[in-house]
Amino acid sequence: MRKFEKLTSAIVPLNIENIDTDQIIPARFLKATTREGFGENLFRDWRYNGDQTLKADFVLNNPDYSGRILVAGKNFGCGSSREHAAWAIQDAGFDVVISSFFADIFKGNALNNGLLPIQVTDAFLAEIFNTVEKDHNAELEVDLENQTVTIVATGAKEGFEINAYKKSCLINGYDDIDFILNQKQLIEEFEQKK
Amino acid sequence: MSKTLVEKIWDAHVVKSEAGFPDILYIDTHLIHEVTSPQAFDGLRKRGLPVFRPQQTVATADHNVPTLNQLQPIKEELSRFQVDMLTKNCAEFGIELYGLGHPFQGIVHVIGPELGITLPGKTMVCGDSHTSTHGAFGAIAFGIGTSQVEQVFATQCLLQQRPKTMKIEVNGELGKGVSAKDIILYIIAKISAAGGTGYFIEYAGSTIEALSMEARMTICNMSIEMGARGGLIAPDQITYDYIKGREFAPAGEEWDKALAYWKTLYSDADAKFDSVLTFDAADISPMITYGTNPGMGMGIAAHIPAKGDQAVSEQASFQKALDYMGIEEDTELVGKAIDYVFIGSCTNSRIEDLREVAEFVKGRQKAENVIAWIVPGSKQVEQQAIAEGLDKIFESAGFQLREPGCSACLGMNEDKIPAGKYCVSTSNRNFEGRQGPDSRTFLASPLTAAAAAITGKVTDVRTLLNDPLHA
Repeated sequence: MRKFEKLTSAIVPLNIENIDTDQIIPARFLKATTREGFGENLFRDWRYNGDQTLKADFVLNNPDYSGRILVAGKNFGCGSSREHAAWAIQDAGFDVVISSFFADIFKGNALNNGLLPIQVTDAFLAEIFNTVEKDHNAELEVDLENQTVTIVATGAKEGFEINAYKKSCLINGYDDIDFILNQKQLIEEFEQKK
Repeated sequence: MSKTLVEKIWDAHVVKSEAGFPDILYIDTHLIHEVTSPQAFDGLRKRGLPVFRPQQTVATADHNVPTLNQLQPIKEELSRFQVDMLTKNCAEFGIELYGLGHPFQGIVHVIGPELGITLPGKTMVCGDSHTSTHGAFGAIAFGIGTSQVEQVFATQCLLQQRPKTMKIEVNGELGKGVSAKDIILYIIAKISAAGGTGYFIEYAGSTIEALSMEARMTICNMSIEMGARGGLIAPDQITYDYIKGREFAPAGEEWDKALAYWKTLYSDADAKFDSVLTFDAADISPMITYGTNPGMGMGIAAHIPAKGDQAVSEQASFQKALDYMGIEEDTELVGKAIDYVFIGSCTNSRIEDLREVAEFVKGRQKAENVIAWIVPGSKQVEQQAIAEGLDKIFESAGFQLREPGCSACLGMNEDKIPAGKYCVSTSNRNFEGRQGPDSRTFLASPLTAAAAAITGKVTDVRTLLNDPLHA
């Protein structure tokens, strides 16, 4: 897993609530057997018309917006457990997703892949959306070590929560399997007792 | 110390608990399928690891399989490749596979219970969010992502934060035409599609206790649709009777031992839940969803809510959903013409669901404008339906009984609802495009779906239950 520490980037705003994993990556694109290439179909049905032409009004098709931070409305990633959703977002070039609420499984999947989900307050989320509406190039600074998000232009800053263990995984680029494999003996002892 | 049921099962499976770290939770049974496992097998290969406990792992092909001519090679190349990949991976890593053509094949959450693999007190996971279904037996069961599938392959354990606990009590008698699906759609509509996030839910109360195992599975199945990781119900005599004699259920002395343990699986009277909600069964009518998440549901005779009644921050999303569905605020859904009816999915594809539909459609005829698919949850359900003659009833009513799989619930195979068309579906999600690009889904119970197939319109099934022919 790749390491994450700090990022300053412009953002892609997606001000819609309850974005489910079927929107992030529709089931018909889950047939691949590797982790790569899902970015092409990220938000497929919002990006393309039925005849495969681009929907000009969708933010990912708007050249005014770019960056490695996706900002979305509350309850992001609800629905299916498909990790393909996290892979697709990462494959499309995002390192951070910001929302005021995340669905559990998506959040776990994102963390397991080094994609940082940051939960901010409703008010701060609204402030981010307002800022980017006025200036499409507005940047955010994400500091994982200090657990803060800052709107660069205004200096408005908010702290965010992250599990200490998960934080160290992201900073050091190691994953749960590395961690549990070191406990194999404990697991075998547990099985003996059961 | 008094404990909730979730805490009892959780504590019995903690390998290690250390402050500042998630618990290492032992997993008794790992269910896998073709869509969320290939990358996990790949991960094992890259790390040079075997599957640690292959005998605690069970595989089936369900998400991406055709529901017609299953014994023919799969036509679509990517789907065929994915299903073949599962077969190869299972052979390489020594995992039992109930693939196409096997008498035990079916939707992973249907076969676990019917084979007696799902048991009270177990921890169970699967790379599928509807794994919560197995909680109906008093198990801790939840969906995981592919990295976690790899974790369980490698260690038979998961790193997990202890969940918060919520109790949802439903008390009293259900009205005519109201079933388990209506109960859960009602609860989700009440607490929203995110209202259970972070919780494990225990369903209790006299209404829940009176339900069959199939009905309890329908309830637990949709726990994830309010954001909860899982839902469960304390096992009782109904649970034991369902399990006894099934293929892999304990037998003889093992049964007695298991039963003694299962009888300790309940929340202590003074156990503390982080949240408790109570509902009255008498308030629940047949339900239908009108929007694009499962929380957007209402009693079928009600009006679609008005935009002005939504929180200001939610009005744009609300309007987007109504526009997608092609419906207007503050109007009735009853009478709306529909195009498809889908009876199936891990929510409602068990023999009891098929029996209920058959009883209702017997002697009736589907509307001409409707295509009605019935997709059984497993080979065993399909065979049972045929043995009971339900196939003949479906056929003469104009319904098509297909072969088992997830099918039009998620439209991964060719069973898709066309763009713009309306489907009354017994599945669990009404997200945009869930059943096919630009398809429109109304979630409902099997009975409500069957009624819509007969009339060709969204119908309050209660108005058809007094028909003298069907009294």
